Order: sequence, then C-alpha cells, then structure tokens
Amino acid sequence: MFEAILLTVITASTPLVVAALGELVTERSGVLNLGVEGMMIMGAVCAFAAAQLSGSPYVGILAGIFGGGLFSLLFGFLTLTLVANQVATGLALTILGLGLSGQIGEVFVGQPGIKLQPIVFPILSDIPFFGRVLFSQDLIFYLSVALVVGINWFLFRSRTGLKLRAIGDSHSSAHALGINVIRTRYLAVMFGGACAGLAGAQLSLVYTPQWVENMSAGRGWIALALVVFASWRPWRILAGGYLFGAVGIGQLHAQIVAQNLGIVIPSQFLSALPYAATIVVLIIISHNRRTTLINTPASLGKPFVPDR
Amino acid sequence: MKKLIIALAASAALMGGFSTGAQAQEKKKVCFIYVGSKTDGGWTQAHDLGRQQLDKALGDKVETKFLENVPEGPDAERAIERFAREKCSLIFTTSFGFMDATVKVAAKFPDVKFEHATGFKSAPNLATYNSRFYEGRYIQGQIAAKMSKKGVAGYIASFPIPEVVMGINAFELGAKSINPNFKLKVVWANTWFDPGKEADAAKALIDQGVDILTQHTDTTAPMQVASERGILAFGQASDMIAAGPKTQLTAIVDTWGAYYIKRTKALLDGTWKSEQIWDGLKDGILTMAPYTNMPDDVKAMAEETEAKIKSGELHPFTGPINKQDGSAWLKAGEKSDDGTLLGMNFYVEGVDDKLPQ
Repeated sequence: MFEAILLTVITASTPLVVAALGELVTERSGVLNLGVEGMMIMGAVCAFAAAQLSGSPYVGILAGIFGGGLFSLLFGFLTLTLVANQVATGLALTILGLGLSGQIGEVFVGQPGIKLQPIVFPILSDIPFFGRVLFSQDLIFYLSVALVVGINWFLFRSRTGLKLRAIGDSHSSAHALGINVIRTRYLAVMFGGACAGLAGAQLSLVYTPQWVENMSAGRGWIALALVVFASWRPWRILAGGYLFGAVGIGQLHAQIVAQNLGIVIPSQFLSALPYAATIVVLIIISHNRRTTLINTPASLGKPFVPDR
Repeated sequence: MKKLIIALAASAALMGGFSTGAQAQEKKKVCFIYVGSKTDGGWTQAHDLGRQQLDKALGDKVETKFLENVPEGPDAERAIERFAREKCSLIFTTSFGFMDATVKVAAKFPDVKFEHATGFKSAPNLATYNSRFYEGRYIQGQIAAKMSKKGVAGYIASFPIPEVVMGINAFELGAKSINPNFKLKVVWANTWFDPGKEADAAKALIDQGVDILTQHTDTTAPMQVASERGILAFGQASDMIAAGPKTQLTAIVDTWGAYYIKRTKALLDGTWKSEQIWDGLKDGILTMAPYTNMPDDVKAMAEETEAKIKSGELHPFTGPINKQDGSAWLKAGEKSDDGTLLGMNFYVEGVDDKLPQ
C-alpha cells in the first residue's frame, strides 16, 4: 500500500514542482509573474485539445508547453516592452487565462481524455519498490527531475546562468556591463510560461485526464508560494513540492485510518496541514536570513527602462 | 478582483439587456444566477439544462437570462440586484452561498419574485427550493451493498453541512437494509470542485480497501479513477457514464427543468406563492441515470425501491434507526420530519467517520 501511496504523491507533486521551477527562473531574472495559474490552465487546455485532436498525448505535451510559453509572451510584452506594472499584469494574466481556457475548452467538456502512459525502464524498474516507483513513470515526471538538476546547473554553474542572476540582482549594473537585460528577461518569462504549461499538461493528461474549466484549482498559486518559501533554490522546490504533496495525500489516508481506529480528527485541520507543514519546514530550512537575502533577486518586480 | 469580474459580467449582461429589450416588451424575463460555469459538467450545468428546457417549453411567453461564475458572498448581491433592475420577473439563485444576498435584494424589490436553491431563509417574495437527493442515495446504498464484495464503500464528501451528512446517512441506511454489517468510509475533500483532490481522495479510499465509490463533489475525476482501478462507482449531479462506461452503476441526475417550468407557469398564471419546496423523485426534480453494470436482480431491486419511494410507500429515514453512538433516534415505523433532515448534524449507526462537533 505504501507504494501505491507514493505513486499518488508523485502525481500530486509533479505539477507543483514543474510550475514552481519555471517561476523560479523567471524570478531569478528579476521578473515577478503572478500569472502562473493562468499559464498553467492555458497549458492544460491546449494539451488536452491537442491530444484529443491528434490522438497522441505527446503532441498534447508539446501543445501545453507551447501554449503556456506563448501566453507568457503576452505578459512579457506588457511588462518588459511596455513596462506595465508586473503585479497587476500577472493577476490580469491569471483572470484572462481562466476565462480564455474556458472558452477554448468548451467543446471538450465531458470528453474522456487520453492518459499519458508511463515509460518503463527495462532493468531499473525491476528493482523492488524504488524501481517500480521511480522508473515506471510518465515522461513529465522524468522531465521534472531533469529540470531540477538542469536548472540548478544552469543557474549556479553556467555563464549564462550567472548573467541571468546578475540581471535579477541589479538590472542597471548588468545593463552597464553590456548584458541584454530585456532579451534575457523575455526568455526567462517564456521559460516560466513553458514550465507552467507543462505542469498544466500534466493535469489534463496524467493527474485527471479530462478537461473541466478551472481544473488547476489554485495549484498555480501554490507553485508561486513554493518559490518564495524555497528561497529561490531548485532543490528546495523539489523538497517543498513533495512535502506538500505527501502531507496532502497523507491526510486523506489519515482520515480513513482515524475512522478505523475510532479517533476524531477534524478534517478541516487535516486539510490545512499541507500548507502549514510546508510553510514550517521551508521556514526552518531557510531560517538563515543572510543566505535568504543572498538568494532573493534584488530587483525582483522592479521595472527596467534601458537608458542609452 | 472578484468585484472586477462582477462588474464586467454585470455590464455585459446590461448591454445584452439593451439590445434585446425592445422586441421583448411583453415577454416576462426569468433570470438565473450561477455559481460556476454552465459547462462545469455537474451542478451548474444541470441548472442550465433546466433553463434550456424552460426556454423550449415556454419560450414563446418568457425570455431567460443567466450570469455564470458569480462568486458566493456579498459580491453576489450586485449581480442579483442588476437582474432585478433589468426587470426580471423571477430570479433563481442557484447556490447555497447566495442565500443572504438574495434575502437582501428581495427586500429591496418587493415586486420581483425570487427563488433560492438549497437555502432556508424565505420572504413573501422569496421562495426556497431543494431536491430530495437523499432518496437517490438510499437506492445507491442498496445497490452498493449488493455489489460490494468486501462490504465497504468509500464516500468522497465535500463539507460537513446537513445536506452532505444527510446523503451519507441515507446511503448507509440503504446499504444496511441489505447488509446489516455494511461499512462506510468517508473522506472529506473539503472542496466542491478540484478534480485533482477528488482523484486523490478516490485513490486513497481504494488503496485503503473499498471496492465501491460514491461522491458528493462536482467533477468526474473520482469516476475516472474508479474506472482505471477497475472498481464500481456512482455518479453525482449529472450522468457520468461517459467517464466510466464500465464503472457507473447509476447516478443521481439533477433535473431542475421540470421544476423551473412548473414555477414559471405559476408566475404566468398568477398563482406563484412563496413556499419552501422540497421535491423528490416523484416530482422529477431528480432522476436516476440508467442502472448499468449490475446483474438483473440488483437492477430489479433498485427499480422496485425507486418505485416505492415515488409512491410514498418507502421513506428512507424510517425507524428503527439508531444514531452513531447507538442511542435511539427513530422508533420502529416512525418517519423523520423534514426539519431534522435539513439540519442533520449527526451520523446513523454504521458510519465509521466521526463528525467534528
């Protein structure tokens, strides 16, 4: 049974991790995009629509990534080119995304979806327990792990990553050094959008293979919070995302076990537990204010207008 | 942000009103406020289907309008008031959370008739209406007891309100009428609508050993999980057979159309009164989806129970019934009154969950 629970946890945590990783890169470049929920739901509807029309969930994944990325470009244009307020634009993006996805998805409501099937690694998946849990998963799970490793390497080991962080810390200095601030930020915003779109594709192709309006149900906001509580570190996002997922699934089982034992635990308390537990743990791992400050992009959310 | 959406929605509705107002001079307007989207596949969609049936039946005499995605709470007041100002004659507010807003607007517009779904506050121009969903849940409980090999069903619940508690009790009573030892495991998702969380709850129940699922949440996600895991399940609010062709035993389908037509006719011929209406299977306000994926004898039993409930021969809450702690609630042959059901805050014997008091 423990194995079954773990599989459920992975499914529940993956979209949070993927969306939060994308937002992390965006925020590391100094841009605060509060539209994760909107980009995620756009990814979900594009992925579902494409999978239904083409018959292939892999086409769906691509469409989800593309849909989220394209949608974030709107945010990029408004905030980077037109220098609109990032907070207001991000909120507007969420509202627009929820409405637009409902419109696009109207014809797909009630259609049984196509589930993305797992890719089983021949020998590795034979390892008892861990093999089955870790090596017979769907593509999006493997991508999520690759993203953690890749983004960590990119941000802290590569030259381009260093430049991106420099822009996030002080766009004026980076600009003075000759780094193209606006172009890098555009790419970072689109990467964030693509990740949110991929997370959305996971919702409509793996988690619950169907389309219903507003199916992201606030997961984009949780991803946003994870970025802050993980103090902009990729590995902490992985930890935070899985902790949130694990406590969320664990509390459902706790309800049933409590019933078997005849104990009273208020379900409202259990429902709030994932939020409380994740906040507490992430506060503990990022309790050192100095390292937190070092990790916080200093020009996060500030508009940049290049002077000549 | 919510205010913005309301303002936009209300102004869109206003523009709609201007464009159609001229030619619809003598037609009365019947208006609907929805909490969700009209394509949510569940609760709101069922109401909108009812509105469409009304359109079809009385379209030559009335005009219907609706506002969707209206958030519950104080913001709803503005949306309802907008409809009242637009000269709607009858306004249906279709979610429990619109109760206080409807009461307030009804007091301001004594000439407009209001009807609030599932609430308990009324006024001379404000009626309430509800559906006896528990009648369907009793039938489901009987089917579950026949079909479950393990004698344990899982119940995905939303919030511990009387409506939901009543449903859990009716299901358990139905099951116990067949198998006195039948057990019910309840998981509270604490949401009406979150496909992911509903699916998680379904998986948790199945992993803990139940082999029949029923839900009181709005999406088809639990049905889909049941179908994947190869167990049986019941649909909720709409016929969910498309999500589980080999899984759905039956579903409680909200068919509000019959009710909306009845009340609009009363409005037209001047017999509309403020009442507290609680219709059931016999009035057609809810219907059972076709009984599928079960042997003929179980199907025959379900149909017989349905007929008995319709004829009034069987009331699901008929004694002897004990409360969860074993204390007596109803004596043999005694039927529960509607007031107790509508305020239900206790479980009957056999439910394993404990209600937080």
